[in-house]
Amino acid sequence: MNAFLELLLSTLRVATPLLFAAQAGLLVERSGVIHIALEGCLLVGAFSAAVASHYFHSPWIAAGVAMIVTALFSLIYGFFAILLRADQIVSATAMNFLAFGLVPLFCKMFFDVTGSTPQLELADRFSVQPFYVAFVTVIIVYGLLKYTRFGLQLTAAGEKPEALATAGINVGWVRMKAMFLSGLIVGFGGATLSLFLSSSFSKGMTAGRGFMALAALIFGKWKPIPTLFACLFFGLTEALQIRIEGTQLSQILPLQLIQVLPYFVTIVILSGFIGKSRAPTAIGRPLFLFLVFVLGSGCNFVEVTQTQKSFEVKTFEKKKTNSQNLK
Amino acid sequence: MIEPLFAVVIGVLFSLIAVKILGDSPLLVLKVLFKSVFGSKEDLATTLFYTTPLIFTGLSVMISLHAGLFNIGAEGQLLMGTMALTAFGLLFPNCPAVLAIPFAIVAAIIGGALYGLIPGFLRAYRGSHEVIMTIMLNFIASGVTSYLVLSRFKTTENQNAETASLQTIYRFPELLPRTPLNDSFFIALFCVILCSFFLWKTKLGYQLRMVGENPVAAEKYGISSKKILVLAMTLSGALAGLVGVNEICGVSGKFRMGFSPDYGFMGIAVALLGRKKPFGILGAALLFGALHKGTADLDLETEKVTRDFSLVLQAFIILSVSVSPFIRKKLMESRWMISLMNPSQNGVVK
Repeated sequence: MNAFLELLLSTLRVATPLLFAAQAGLLVERSGVIHIALEGCLLVGAFSAAVASHYFHSPWIAAGVAMIVTALFSLIYGFFAILLRADQIVSATAMNFLAFGLVPLFCKMFFDVTGSTPQLELADRFSVQPFYVAFVTVIIVYGLLKYTRFGLQLTAAGEKPEALATAGINVGWVRMKAMFLSGLIVGFGGATLSLFLSSSFSKGMTAGRGFMALAALIFGKWKPIPTLFACLFFGLTEALQIRIEGTQLSQILPLQLIQVLPYFVTIVILSGFIGKSRAPTAIGRPLFLFLVFVLGSGCNFVEVTQTQKSFEVKTFEKKKTNSQNLK
Repeated sequence: MIEPLFAVVIGVLFSLIAVKILGDSPLLVLKVLFKSVFGSKEDLATTLFYTTPLIFTGLSVMISLHAGLFNIGAEGQLLMGTMALTAFGLLFPNCPAVLAIPFAIVAAIIGGALYGLIPGFLRAYRGSHEVIMTIMLNFIASGVTSYLVLSRFKTTENQNAETASLQTIYRFPELLPRTPLNDSFFIALFCVILCSFFLWKTKLGYQLRMVGENPVAAEKYGISSKKILVLAMTLSGALAGLVGVNEICGVSGKFRMGFSPDYGFMGIAVALLGRKKPFGILGAALLFGALHKGTADLDLETEKVTRDFSLVLQAFIILSVSVSPFIRKKLMESRWMISLMNPSQNGVVK
């Protein structure tokens, strides 16, 4: 019984960063952008939290700093993937590279070592608070998506951006807002990695958790509450791994088997063998041709189409006269 | 040709700005990089050694891109290919010496190809997104290989996380003394030519590109796009698997955990910078191979900048490549550009 309780607590503990990252990813993906850069965002959050806590000696200020820094980092991804309409997967991969390259460099700048930050005092770290914050976050995300105007806009941006644009709402802007919010959330998730699960920042501490969060939100069918349970399930596999390691059982049951279980489950779910999981319709599709978020100009949908059309007609006529001249 | 060069220049510029912010001299960094890559014959050979796996993974990502798929799973596929090669070598230590290396190469190809087949099949017949699939498969591959290395084939000689050594019949002869460069570089060059021939001179290659460009049209012409998708991912996996030949037959002779510094992900950068052209990929792989070699020396020579700098450089280069379609489109639409292209209008747009 005691062992069971311990396992439960350890599950909740390791699931906390996953919860944040998965809810953050959920917001972005529901708005129609694939978020593979979660891993990099987590790393940025973890690092900035560790640095801030080292200087300000308060986990809450540190978490705040991490949230803002990660939100800015997310906005860079948004700038490329949404506003400049770069391929989302390509630019997200680049953002991961950027995080994994810049963080050690900054670590070297601050502390003169690349691998990890100095150990933090007990008072500078969280005890159990992030766990509650995580659950509050899930409720907030759920309420936001279900009961607010912005939530509706966000879902529309992911399902039918054309309709949203016709209603006179800028799709790119909605997606950018979702990106900013998600950055705040995943930033707190990163802070829990370095201030809650461990006592300092180290280079490989995300250990694929960003991708696992992605898996969790697919497993949770892009819905907040099922995603919560998916995170808890993935947390359980990680907790089991920690428990089994070094005991008799690990001789029979390879640890790696439990380790890959979440990923395996995701593949099975995603290939539609058990309960098909459906992605937002417009996911991965950049804003289409006429919906250009023109930097600096606030023209709406109808105007853009009209100018576009007249522009096309003009060029066509021009070509015609040119060819006539040639004849 | 101009666009990728432009992207590289912009990427390098941004990275050098980052260096300046970090408090180091950009000029010194450039000097160290240059010296490390071209300093001597040995340095150049080592650069080519780093280029080899990048050619393989670059081609791997390229083939999938031509079929309209995005293979992020080259990392997993190369792990599985390498593992297949190692397992073959360890299980058949008494293979005839003449056949050893060809068999090893085939084992690596099959290992990678089978692991590419899975996402290809699921994508074609179950409609699951190949990017998410290959990400998950990457983690599964690293789990499976770490199990096999630590439990099944663990070396008895030391405590390192590596397998026992393969027989010397599985090793390439030394090419240049004191360098890791080996015959797999020539295999990579051969693959470049082969891919170029396959994509642009064969019927199957044409079908593959057609499915990538317009699956509906391809289907109307009687091409089974599903089979082509499976084929593309399988070929992609096979090419990634060949990285194992460079690692096992070329240098170490054993599977060391964590031998790949994300060659699979670097392959994405290589394929994009090479603009999906085999010879472009050769050039891009050379560039990234050189960066990889060069940044290894930054640790020693500079104060603040470390080998992680290569990731920053790659990130900036990929980002600038990825926005180039948008920039091109904006340029084409701009009135200035139109007036340039229609000189008869004397720069006046009605």
